[in-house]
Amino acid sequence: MTEAEPTPITVIGGYLGCGKTTLVNHLLRHADGKRLAILVNEFGELQIDADLIEAQDDEVISLGGGCVCCSYGNDLITAILDMEKMDPRPDHIILEASGVALPAAIASSLSLLNGFSVDGIVVLADAETIRQRSTDKYMSDTILRQLESADILLLNKIDLISDPERKTTLGWLAEIMGKTPIIETQKSAVPPAILLRDFGRHLDSESVAAPHQAENFQSSFMAVDVPVDPTEFAESLIANNRGLVRAKGFVKSHDGSMHTIQIVGTRVEITHAPDGAKPGVVTISVGPQKISVTEGHDKSG
Amino acid sequence: MTTIFSARKIITMNPSRPEATHVAVRDGRILGSGSLQELEGWGEYTLDETFKDKIIMPGLVEGHSHAMEGTLWKYTYVGFFDRMDPHGKVWAGAKDIEAVIGRLEEADALIEDEDAPLPAWSLDPIYFNNERVTREDLDRVSTTRPIGIMHASGHILNVNSKALELAGLLKTGINNPGVPLGRDGLPTGELKGPDVMTPVGIHVGFDRDMLACDEQGIIDFAKLCVRSGVTTATDLAARLPDDAVNMMLEVTARKNFPARIVPLRFHHGVTPDELIDHAQKLKTQSTDRLRLGMIKVVVDGSIQGFSARIKWPGYHNGAPNGLWYISPEHLRHIINASLEKNLHIHTHTNGDEATELVLDCMEEGLLKHPAPDHRFTLQHCQLADSAQYRRMAKLGMCVNLFANHHFYWGDEHYKLTVGPERATRMNACATALENGVPMAIHSDAPITPLGPLFTAWCAVNRLTASGRTQGEEEKIDIDEALYAITLGAAYTLKLDGEIGSIETGKRADFAILEDDPEEVDPSKLKDVRVWGTVQDGRLFPAAAL
Repeated sequence: MTEAEPTPITVIGGYLGCGKTTLVNHLLRHADGKRLAILVNEFGELQIDADLIEAQDDEVISLGGGCVCCSYGNDLITAILDMEKMDPRPDHIILEASGVALPAAIASSLSLLNGFSVDGIVVLADAETIRQRSTDKYMSDTILRQLESADILLLNKIDLISDPERKTTLGWLAEIMGKTPIIETQKSAVPPAILLRDFGRHLDSESVAAPHQAENFQSSFMAVDVPVDPTEFAESLIANNRGLVRAKGFVKSHDGSMHTIQIVGTRVEITHAPDGAKPGVVTISVGPQKISVTEGHDKSG
Repeated sequence: MTTIFSARKIITMNPSRPEATHVAVRDGRILGSGSLQELEGWGEYTLDETFKDKIIMPGLVEGHSHAMEGTLWKYTYVGFFDRMDPHGKVWAGAKDIEAVIGRLEEADALIEDEDAPLPAWSLDPIYFNNERVTREDLDRVSTTRPIGIMHASGHILNVNSKALELAGLLKTGINNPGVPLGRDGLPTGELKGPDVMTPVGIHVGFDRDMLACDEQGIIDFAKLCVRSGVTTATDLAARLPDDAVNMMLEVTARKNFPARIVPLRFHHGVTPDELIDHAQKLKTQSTDRLRLGMIKVVVDGSIQGFSARIKWPGYHNGAPNGLWYISPEHLRHIINASLEKNLHIHTHTNGDEATELVLDCMEEGLLKHPAPDHRFTLQHCQLADSAQYRRMAKLGMCVNLFANHHFYWGDEHYKLTVGPERATRMNACATALENGVPMAIHSDAPITPLGPLFTAWCAVNRLTASGRTQGEEEKIDIDEALYAITLGAAYTLKLDGEIGSIETGKRADFAILEDDPEEVDPSKLKDVRVWGTVQDGRLFPAAAL
């Protein structure tokens, strides 16, 4: 019996106005041949460029390139299960949680579904308002729980705040986020490779180059020649690579079996490797010291 | 064509003529009540003495129910309490796990296909000393067919091994707070919360859109209305797509359909503006027996599911605060737009923090859009404190309290969820009335059974299932309770000019009772027997359904 690879799901969370929908549009515009299925709570606020839309009914918008967008209303699980019936199945599902939802709870439920795997939880925070919102009489605990649930945090609208504000906000966030990588963004623009699984089955130094040239990100390829404990190995990668946002690779365990390691921020997934996989791990890290600091700026002070 | 009904007594709820012996009806409406002599002045009439030994009351109004109560009877009932189905059969309560198993075995024997699912409902382990039903228990009924039992609260599902296997969950290594594991590392078969219930629920025969009521479901729901004396009932949260609306328009217009249904459009799945547009469109489709155009906004979850938003100091057992189902921004937008466009909103809040948010939004909205008679209604509103009732009064809000809940889960609230003091103030009917907040009381059927006289009994006696009186000070008297289940509920729906009392010009909607609720001992109010109803002048004896 051959089993299809589970479809990865990325949960996008964060409070109203943090840029979730902008991120969804950004990913759609850079789908690059991938069949993305977008799940949103409701269509109304999702402004998709009209020329991308091929057909639309109450629950599904068909987009060019095999991408679709579905609204799940109050029944998320059913909407996900419906994805199983799509032919061909989507390459990656992007789930935009509602502004008040707790992404960890959603991810925990999704992890029970056969045929799907949670790739990661990406939470956006509006750099302008996040600190104020986090003290809101009604929403404070919800917003903090959203932040804490992130595997990767996008601190968005970074261009709208001053440098001192930025430093204060980053310092405040670092306390809350612990080891979770923080990526600063404008208009939710993050390299899609950070959020979407697009590594091939065979990794080598070539697969490192292509999509990861964005200036703040560094990619590297590690050969892993010796047998390792996959879980310990993954954990050491996170511990020893400050700013690690994503890693994928194959390692040989002590009993000789091959394992796939997927890391998204602080989330680790270990599964059996496909036949023919060769040991090696590709990592993408974000370097905090590099973020939006150009050399010119650096020296001008 | 005038019919004059005689009765042993007519309780009119008309303050200027509270009691009568006769009521005259023409074209489905009330000409008047009084003595036969007084009514003869309306001209030629037929005297109908069907009710001469009975009590006539205004048709009861259920201000918070769901038509899916009718649909659920497709499934096997395993609840702890005796409950009547739409056909009038009273199913004895299953008093222990063995009785639940026995009921399932009976149902199992009736299904030929040994792989077909067996769905059941209304389990409540609280009454079995919290002894949980396990998959091994249910495996005794069948190992070949998937079996699932929905809990009475609607928040938990118990399934057998076959159901777990079909959902791919009969495995070790599951790490989810909604999926408790046994000593063998496998799920026990208990699934907590909708997100873990759904993937298994579809294998045990619970339809995907369980809340959606089909044609048979709404017909069965209306039968339950007749059996409990109800002539107007809400279907409090529905998506109301066109096909469902068309179905309901057709079914409710049938000559023999015995109830007036008030479905509210709920806020999920559409933006605030789409919601407002849809409600406005629905309003234009409204008919006498299908009242459309109201809005339901769900603000938080439930107290026993620990998903209600409650104020400091939070849950008694230390559980984290619950979930918001709408943002303050969206709630504010919906309230403002509804005030502006004269739409009518009912909000679901269980926790006092959720109630506080609605009050804040209303206060703000009313400054911008003064609306002297909006009657926005806080539904459930179980934990509200007295300061919040004072605000409701000032803001012109109504409240519909979940009196039945106090009976079924009051002990749990006392011990576990919110602790003694707050459990005692839950569903504070007396405080509501003392502050002049227009009040109704409800069943939230199918969460608890449809039956306003039972609901009235709950509010009058405030007994919990264990037999304790919880909140002596919040008891109301029989007259207040009967008002709450007639005019009180009608007022929250802006229908009190048409229904809720027996007065000239109003709809001829009556509850026909064998016993006099004004004369029975308060502890017997729930036992008052219902003959059936009269709706729009049409007679619906329960025995003939």
